[in-house]
Amino acid sequence: MPSLILRAVTPVLILLLIIVSIYALLRGHQEPGGGFVGGLIIAAAFSLHVLAYDVPSTRRLLRVAPQTLMGLGLSTILLSGILGLLAGGAFLEGVWMAVPVPGLGLVDVGTPVLFDVGVYAAVMGMVLMIILMVAEMNT
Amino acid sequence: MLWAVLSIFIGALLAQALQRVLGRPAGWLFAALPLGVLVSVMPFVPRLLAEGEVVHASLPWIPSLGVELAFSLDGLSLVFLALICGIGALIFIYASKYLQSDRRLGRFYAYLLLFTGSMAGLVLADDVFVLFVCWELTSVSSYLLIAWDHERPEARKAALTALLVTGVGGLAMLAGFVLLVLSTGETLISRFSGEAVRESPLYLPILILVLAGAFTKSAQFPFSFWLPRAMEAPTPVSAYLHSATMVKAGVYLLARLHPTLGGTREWFLVVTLVGAATMVVGAVLAVTQKDLKRILAQSTVSVLGLLTMLLGIGTRAAISAAVVYLIAHSLYKGALFMTAGTLDHETGTRDVTRLRGLARRMPVTATAAVLAAISSAGAPPLFGFLGKELFYEAVFASPSMRALLGVAAVLSSVLLVVVSVLVAYRPFFGGSPSAPRIPHEAPPSMWLGPSVLAAASLVFGLAPQWLGDLPGAAATAILGRPAPLELHLWHGFSPVLGASAATLLAGVVLFRVLSGREERLFDASTRLGAWGPARVYDAAFAGLMRFAAWQTRRLQTGHLRHYLLVTVLTTVVLVGAPLLRSLPLSISLRGVELPELVLAVVILGAAAMTTRTLSRLAVVAALGAIGVSVMLIYVIFSALDLALTQIMVEALTVVIFVLVLHHLPRFVNRSPARVWIPDAIVSVIFGATVALLILMSSTLYPDPTLSEYFVAKGYPEAHGRNIVNVILVDFRAMDTLGEATVLCVAGIGVYALLQVGRRRGA
Repeated sequence: MPSLILRAVTPVLILLLIIVSIYALLRGHQEPGGGFVGGLIIAAAFSLHVLAYDVPSTRRLLRVAPQTLMGLGLSTILLSGILGLLAGGAFLEGVWMAVPVPGLGLVDVGTPVLFDVGVYAAVMGMVLMIILMVAEMNT
Repeated sequence: MLWAVLSIFIGALLAQALQRVLGRPAGWLFAALPLGVLVSVMPFVPRLLAEGEVVHASLPWIPSLGVELAFSLDGLSLVFLALICGIGALIFIYASKYLQSDRRLGRFYAYLLLFTGSMAGLVLADDVFVLFVCWELTSVSSYLLIAWDHERPEARKAALTALLVTGVGGLAMLAGFVLLVLSTGETLISRFSGEAVRESPLYLPILILVLAGAFTKSAQFPFSFWLPRAMEAPTPVSAYLHSATMVKAGVYLLARLHPTLGGTREWFLVVTLVGAATMVVGAVLAVTQKDLKRILAQSTVSVLGLLTMLLGIGTRAAISAAVVYLIAHSLYKGALFMTAGTLDHETGTRDVTRLRGLARRMPVTATAAVLAAISSAGAPPLFGFLGKELFYEAVFASPSMRALLGVAAVLSSVLLVVVSVLVAYRPFFGGSPSAPRIPHEAPPSMWLGPSVLAAASLVFGLAPQWLGDLPGAAATAILGRPAPLELHLWHGFSPVLGASAATLLAGVVLFRVLSGREERLFDASTRLGAWGPARVYDAAFAGLMRFAAWQTRRLQTGHLRHYLLVTVLTTVVLVGAPLLRSLPLSISLRGVELPELVLAVVILGAAAMTTRTLSRLAVVAALGAIGVSVMLIYVIFSALDLALTQIMVEALTVVIFVLVLHHLPRFVNRSPARVWIPDAIVSVIFGATVALLILMSSTLYPDPTLSEYFVAKGYPEAHGRNIVNVILVDFRAMDTLGEATVLCVAGIGVYALLQVGRRRGA
């Protein structure tokens, strides 16, 4: 049985880690971070949940199967590439536009960010698939 | 022309669906497809024949390499196209009945159409690389067709033999083509300059490599053994591939490249002698077989040798003879193969010693077979006679080696007469049948093909002018200069006519002599054949398999440490060797500061600890210490992205370790000295190599252009200030896409491995 302290702080930590991971993902284009690290951080968040509770509850929390996440990730990457193609450029060519966001002013949004989101999901899916799998061997 | 060839391939794609929808009539539809191709080129034909006009068509394909989908139609292509499409159509009709009970008939049509399309592309191709692609496609599609009964090991083996022999030859040919393109600067066959090639220092290598392709494909001695083996294929396939088309691809290549490569002493010697040897060996082996299809296959080998020999002689008479003989052979051999298939289909055996007196029961098939056999024997008034006459004329007028070639020609012709009697007289006349099933006449779709081909042999024999200028146009294309040809059934009393008559007579006498001794001949031939080139092939093949098994045993031991050892040693050798060559190395350790030194000491200490400790947890901790130290080094050099990634990977590694830790066995004891000492040596060498490499890379590549480029372009072009990320998701996004895919595939691999382990553990 994992320690009570771990169980108590896990929900808070997970929430923080998820926020950090999304932050890392979104700032990645300008500052250190990005899809890969972000994916690893959120995978770590759910791994913490596995350690504190058990695999079935983590799977419930996750809602999506890790394999599906991998597939979604790769599809998103492809989609970001195809968008460049549809915009009249080459496959994977970046397409950017400035979107006004309340409180932040104009924000650059482009297919590379979408690309990073795909990497994020793929990495998260891959790591979690293995960790959940290994953890299930213990039960 | 392009669309005509493409339409066949499209047909191949749709074949299975069409067969399912249409049922039986689908065969007739597919038969119409090649005929349609033939019709589509008809508008070009009159001017082609009258003025020797060559039709070109092309589409860009690989512009960066100067390769285009170039096709051209001249007399030679037209003859082959007519044979491929005409006989092909008959084969489709024949097969629709022959294989009607086969559930996979649709797939059969698909393979056969693929083959037809490849052959059509092959004979129309003007670009050498297009020709090569079509050439290999015929090998692949015939592989699929020969292995049709893939549940029988003999069929699989036969198909593999054919694929390997023709495939290896094809690769040699490709090398020859590359040299040819290098020495002429052109990829279009029609633009090759023969003089330039023949004077080039590369001439001999080109000749040998291209001939390797032609000889293997056309089953020339000593590569002829694959062709009789290929008789494992269903008969319609044999009739098509191995008498009418595929094996003639080699002959076609020789003819096509005759203006480029022919006319030299080397060409004459190699092509003529190999052809003559094949002709004689094939004929001898043909009369010593019992199986109808094998008899026919060996006689095909003989005729292929004959055609090759004529192309080697290369005089105008020889080329004309080759064209006429080629047409004659395709007509009668297609017919004979189909009648052999009919016999097999209706009686259940192909053993000529058991088939007798079937003419009364199968009159139409018998008539077709007899007509085709008369043509094959070279007797008047069939078309084969004209071919035989021209053949004798050309050989007797050969510029050199006249006596040798003459004897070989007469000898093999006599034996081919025996073959003709054997395949057409034996099964249909004399005695009563002792076959497993007593047959009745085959259905029309099965005698249509042989009858049409036999009738064509007869018509063209009686009225060769109906062929028009076609043979002349083909000869013109082969020779590269005008060579009109007038064919007559009767051309006066001549020594050649005497030789023809004597050949026929000798053949019939020889048949009488050999009759009744088939068993002994067959045994002798089988014993002799066991020592032939097939034995070399089989030994080489077995050797290859043994080598593969040996190296698999060596390399795929199933022990992780062996895999690691092989990987590490290979890296050390491949990376270390160039490193040694650049000695002395200029390495400087200036600029190293205290924090880095401290971290280095920590890493070294932790590394030493992992090798000494007996506790798994301590190993994990030590590895973690190494990882964190490396991360700190990244931080010192302000590679924050790397540091972040490193720390996350470390954290997750610890999680996985914790999860698997109590699955691992305890350390019972350390490896014995004879294991760990070599391992230690290897790892020290590996570590030193990598360390040297890294130190060198910083001194060897001081060129800042790339990083300056990314810094300069990162924000304006990719809207990002983090150039690591900009490179990953924008400048080199394709690489990242590949890596992400690899990552996912590797993940699935790990998943699968763990699943296996779990099932085994349960």
